[in-house]
Amino acid sequence: MRVEQPFSEAGRPIPRRTPTSAPFLDGAREGKLRLQRCPRDGFFFYPRPRCPVCLGDDWTWQEASGRGRVYSYTVDRVGLDPTQRERLPLVVAIVELEEGPRMTSNVIGCAPEDVQVGMAVEATFEDLGPETLVLFQPSA
Amino acid sequence: MGKRAAALVGFTEWAPERKWERPMFGMEACAVLAAEALADAGIEKDAIDGLVTGGLQDSPMFGPLALAEYLDIQTHFSEQVDIGGASSAGMIWRAAAAIEVGLCDTVLVLVPSTPSPSQAGDEARKMVMPPYLAGDAWGSPQSIYDIPYGLVAAAPSFAMVATAYMDAYGVTPEQLAKIAVDERNSALKNPKAVFKDKPITVDDVLASPMVCDPVHLLEMVMPCFGGGAVVVTNAERAKTAKHRPVFLSGYGEYVSHKTVTNMKDITVTPAKPAADQAFGMAGVDRADIDLCSFYDCFTITVLATLEDTGFAPKGQGGPWVAERDLSFAGDFPLNTHGGQLGMGQGGAAGGLSHVVDALTQLQGRAEDRQLASADKAFVTGVGGLMASNVGLVLEGA
Repeated sequence: MRVEQPFSEAGRPIPRRTPTSAPFLDGAREGKLRLQRCPRDGFFFYPRPRCPVCLGDDWTWQEASGRGRVYSYTVDRVGLDPTQRERLPLVVAIVELEEGPRMTSNVIGCAPEDVQVGMAVEATFEDLGPETLVLFQPSA
Repeated sequence: MGKRAAALVGFTEWAPERKWERPMFGMEACAVLAAEALADAGIEKDAIDGLVTGGLQDSPMFGPLALAEYLDIQTHFSEQVDIGGASSAGMIWRAAAAIEVGLCDTVLVLVPSTPSPSQAGDEARKMVMPPYLAGDAWGSPQSIYDIPYGLVAAAPSFAMVATAYMDAYGVTPEQLAKIAVDERNSALKNPKAVFKDKPITVDDVLASPMVCDPVHLLEMVMPCFGGGAVVVTNAERAKTAKHRPVFLSGYGEYVSHKTVTNMKDITVTPAKPAADQAFGMAGVDRADIDLCSFYDCFTITVLATLEDTGFAPKGQGGPWVAERDLSFAGDFPLNTHGGQLGMGQGGAAGGLSHVVDALTQLQGRAEDRQLASADKAFVTGVGGLMASNVGLVLEGA
């Protein structure tokens, strides 16, 4: 099988940008969490050319608050992706943003044992070189 | 009264193996599986006019065409099903539906899962799932929004379902571990099971390495190679089969998402709409089911399926499991083959093992683990990250 995922110099998988994802990834590079907002159905994530509810194209890009709560999480103890083994134990989480949409991310800045469902978190950013990831840390 | 147009009449199943000593291309495996399943059913090859399969590594495009040529079977119905672990169960109802509408009379469902001879060496013969599950194609949302964050393979996703279940309903690690123990007790009586000689306790499960909190190693299937096939035919021809025909009296399917992050509610699975559709079509009550065979990639999958298919009250699955014996000898027989947790996951054929489990019991062929009463069974398939579900109601003739 042809492997398409690009990797950073440190060997980490990085997002490979597309025209549709570029505004989100550019935002992350600037330290901003950008979401699309449909005038009828509200915010949605991940980026798409059409609102996933109504398939309308009159959405706009908006800067989100960066605040959210942990919807669920796990702690990867073994490195299911061998290229991420240096990050173990890795908290993989679903974060529900204040604006509504959920994102896959990592919770950093606290011990894995301290992460809880419902915990308040805020966005922080990790520069991987070519692209920037949107991570979360416990709210100040 | 549910559907009586199509019946499952014969099958073959290869014992799952972690290391497979005889590599075979997919279509080579299909030829062997076809011969074995037809012999088991007592049906001639000339009767076959439909083929259903999954991915074929030796024919990634135009697979059904290549397979028809390879087996020299001309078909009125050809299908490749790609809904993850629910594919095998999905193949069974598609075969039956094609017979019901009169497209064809007899369908071979073929699920090969052997290593390719193009691989070399011991390591290549060891089953290892690619962690990105093909989500790394350029443009795939997973490659941008999930894989860089370590949401890969299956364990983190099912672990997040388990975390949410524990938070919402107070499910305990002991309750989840008991599912693996009960299934293992059935596996001890299945000569094909990878773990047929290894009894386990709840303490063993909880002492096994933590892979992704709260999922322990013994709560996950062991990936293996394998293969299986089932013959589905019309009611008339089923009368001439060697073994008891088993009607597919009702079926349902539901696909809702791919990545676990995009489930509408992480504690509600697609098992509910699929099961409601299947039971409604069959006109069968849950109380009349003699055995269930539920797709069990992880222990949480079984717990959620018990609730969402309507056998246990929502949110009560933990205590419900603790109060019952789920083994073949117990009061709620579930995965009497040992499940994939006890038998090993024979690749794509792991999903078919649940169909074969039900068939084996309903045809009275389960030997040491045969149930006293086995007339109605309910089978599920789960695909993706709790993303697709198929429910099958099977009734012996």
